[in-house]
Amino acid sequence: MIELTSIQKSFDDGHSFAVADTSFIVSKGEFLGLVGESGSGKTTTLKMINRLEEPSSGTIIVNGKNILDQNPESLRRNIGYVFQGIGLFPHHTVAENVAAVPQLLKWSKQEITKRCQETLELVGLPYAEFADRMPNELSGGQQQRVGVARALAANPEVVLMDEPFGALDPINRDMLQEEFKRIQAQLNLTVIMVTHDMTEALLMADRIAVMKDGQVLQIDTPAQLLLNPQHEYVKDLVETPKRRTDRLERLMQSANVGLS
Amino acid sequence: MDSNLQEQLQLLPVYFQGHLALTLVALFMGIVVSVPLGIIATQSAKAKQPLLSIISIIQTIPSVAILALVVAMLGGEIGFLPAIIALTLYSMLPIVRNTVTGLETVPAEVVEAAQGIGMSSSQILIKVRIPLAMPVIIAGIRTAAVWTVGLATLSTLVGATSFGNYIFTGLQTRNLVAVTVGSLASASLAVSLDWFIAGIQWLFENKTKGQPSQRYGQIKFAVIVATVAGVSLSAYALWPKPKADFIIGGKGFTEQYIMSGLLAAELESVGFTVDLRLGMGSSVAYEAVSDGSIDAYLEYSGTVWANVMGKSDNPGRTAVLEQVTDYIQAADGLVNIGSMGFKNLYGFAMTKARAAELGVTSIDDLVPIAGQLIGGGDLEFFGRPEWASVRDAYSIDFAEKLTFDTTLMYSAVSNGQVDVIAAYSTDGRLAAYDLIMLTDPRNALLPYDGFLIASTAAANNQKFISTLQALVGKVTDDTMREANKIVDVDGGTIAQAISYLRGVIHLEFIDAE
Repeated sequence: MIELTSIQKSFDDGHSFAVADTSFIVSKGEFLGLVGESGSGKTTTLKMINRLEEPSSGTIIVNGKNILDQNPESLRRNIGYVFQGIGLFPHHTVAENVAAVPQLLKWSKQEITKRCQETLELVGLPYAEFADRMPNELSGGQQQRVGVARALAANPEVVLMDEPFGALDPINRDMLQEEFKRIQAQLNLTVIMVTHDMTEALLMADRIAVMKDGQVLQIDTPAQLLLNPQHEYVKDLVETPKRRTDRLERLMQSANVGLS
Repeated sequence: MDSNLQEQLQLLPVYFQGHLALTLVALFMGIVVSVPLGIIATQSAKAKQPLLSIISIIQTIPSVAILALVVAMLGGEIGFLPAIIALTLYSMLPIVRNTVTGLETVPAEVVEAAQGIGMSSSQILIKVRIPLAMPVIIAGIRTAAVWTVGLATLSTLVGATSFGNYIFTGLQTRNLVAVTVGSLASASLAVSLDWFIAGIQWLFENKTKGQPSQRYGQIKFAVIVATVAGVSLSAYALWPKPKADFIIGGKGFTEQYIMSGLLAAELESVGFTVDLRLGMGSSVAYEAVSDGSIDAYLEYSGTVWANVMGKSDNPGRTAVLEQVTDYIQAADGLVNIGSMGFKNLYGFAMTKARAAELGVTSIDDLVPIAGQLIGGGDLEFFGRPEWASVRDAYSIDFAEKLTFDTTLMYSAVSNGQVDVIAAYSTDGRLAAYDLIMLTDPRNALLPYDGFLIASTAAANNQKFISTLQALVGKVTDDTMREANKIVDVDGGTIAQAISYLRGVIHLEFIDAE
């Protein structure tokens, strides 16, 4: 469980706020999408949860403990982290990349190898084929699968994702979204995913928080957002995918007419 | 094979070991000091600029000056240590700079990922940033290696053996074979060392899991063999050798190379073992004998008088020698074993034809006509006390004063571009170019009696003293001039000049008996 209470973040000693008075709760096993345009404060909010940024005020509780009472490194080792840049270590093999957190946690060698096999199979990369490959020998989609495997390696209950599928081609993106949703459900992970792609959020998240100018405008289930948007901005945002779907449908129909 | 080339190649093993040891030790020290400094610079913005500035400034000091300063700071110690310190200082810039660049150009997303999965800043440094910066750091080490091999040749000037011995001896004695051998050897070592480091880098970059390729195995084997060979040769070069009984020093010009060889040959003929430290700077040689790094060498009374004692007057040949003898004994505990019999002083020289035409035999005769003559000197003469002293004693000045490299100065007077030059009285080229020395009736030119200077410790050895005393008074101006001429004019080797001198000395010795 993750609980943010009155979180504020200012990068200029209080003259302006990147995140202003934000509170929300994500319950165990829930998938929260954090949506907004760039500069809305969504990534800053995410990074405060594993202390890559420190909040200027407010409290954050993860799994019942105030994160400020924990050493930032050990906090991060217990939270999975996936981001757009992927950031695989280019000088380490796939297996070594996946083993990074278990190694920091000083697991035994057998445990690490066993867990590497499990997580790589989980993200659809056969261990025997991929373990000894270097990151630059993989496609973008395969690299992000390794990124996900690395985030899950130490059995975290909470996973933070920062535009994880943003750099992938559409086919791979679609496939990975679905697979990750399956994994999340299977492992009952608590997930916060930052994205600017409303469709992605609607398809994956249990609830969506829409952010603008450092504020959460509305936080609701996809259905509620679609049916009952409480701001013009939210309405625009959720209607975009709908409009695109309608246009696609009309296109398909005219194509069918043309064919028959 | 050409006997000169053969002579040079015989020196190769010793010079190679010396050069290799200097380079590897300095480079190792450079890496050990510079990589941590580079890391510190990237960790602290405050430290970075001052650190990089200081290291850049060190690089701008001329290398010869750094060597001289390090010797002075070590209280006159010569040899391996000052050379290593200077070379280490010089190797720092490329390594520090590349370490900083390498660490700063590690992709931000990789550092963010390392942070995001919970690495501490020191773990990020050790596990991520340094390994990823390694290719750039190694490129800096390769640059430093090539520089160090080149600069190590200058170590000869502070008495450390290197390929520089070839180059400096060769330049001073006009032995181009020696210069060529030294330069090629130095260049080959630089290229080999560069390949060696590139090989290590290749091994790191191509490390894969599982069965290594055949090529990987071959390169690994070559790198291991080169490492073992380099380290053991350096260790052998640095291993304390059974010390020679005496160490003879020498400065960097023909007469000095001949005289140190002569002293060594005489001492060896009575059963001593002798080491040579050749091509030292003038002040380095005096400092070295003062602190016992060398035991004896040929010094000139005028040099001590003007440069060590700081005197500018000229009380006459005998008085200068007496006062110099007392001074070196009192100030530095050194002993004057005795004068060789020749003096190597600055003197004015003209072609015989021109002198006859003008009716000149002494500097006095120049006085009325000097205003119409062109004078020539080496690069320093017209700035030295000798010139001031002549100018004041005779109240003369030349219409024009030109300075030359020594070799060019002799040809300039010979073909009439200048009328009179300030030459060296024992120079073999006086005879070769048919020049005469003008007399100095007003005693304005400082006397430069060649005498044997020895440390107190060495002078306490009776056999050592008597062996060298036997040479006192045995080498006249003419004899020395002839010996210099063998090398400078006739293109002979130092060894030939030494055996000529020994022939003359021992013949006279037998005659005297």
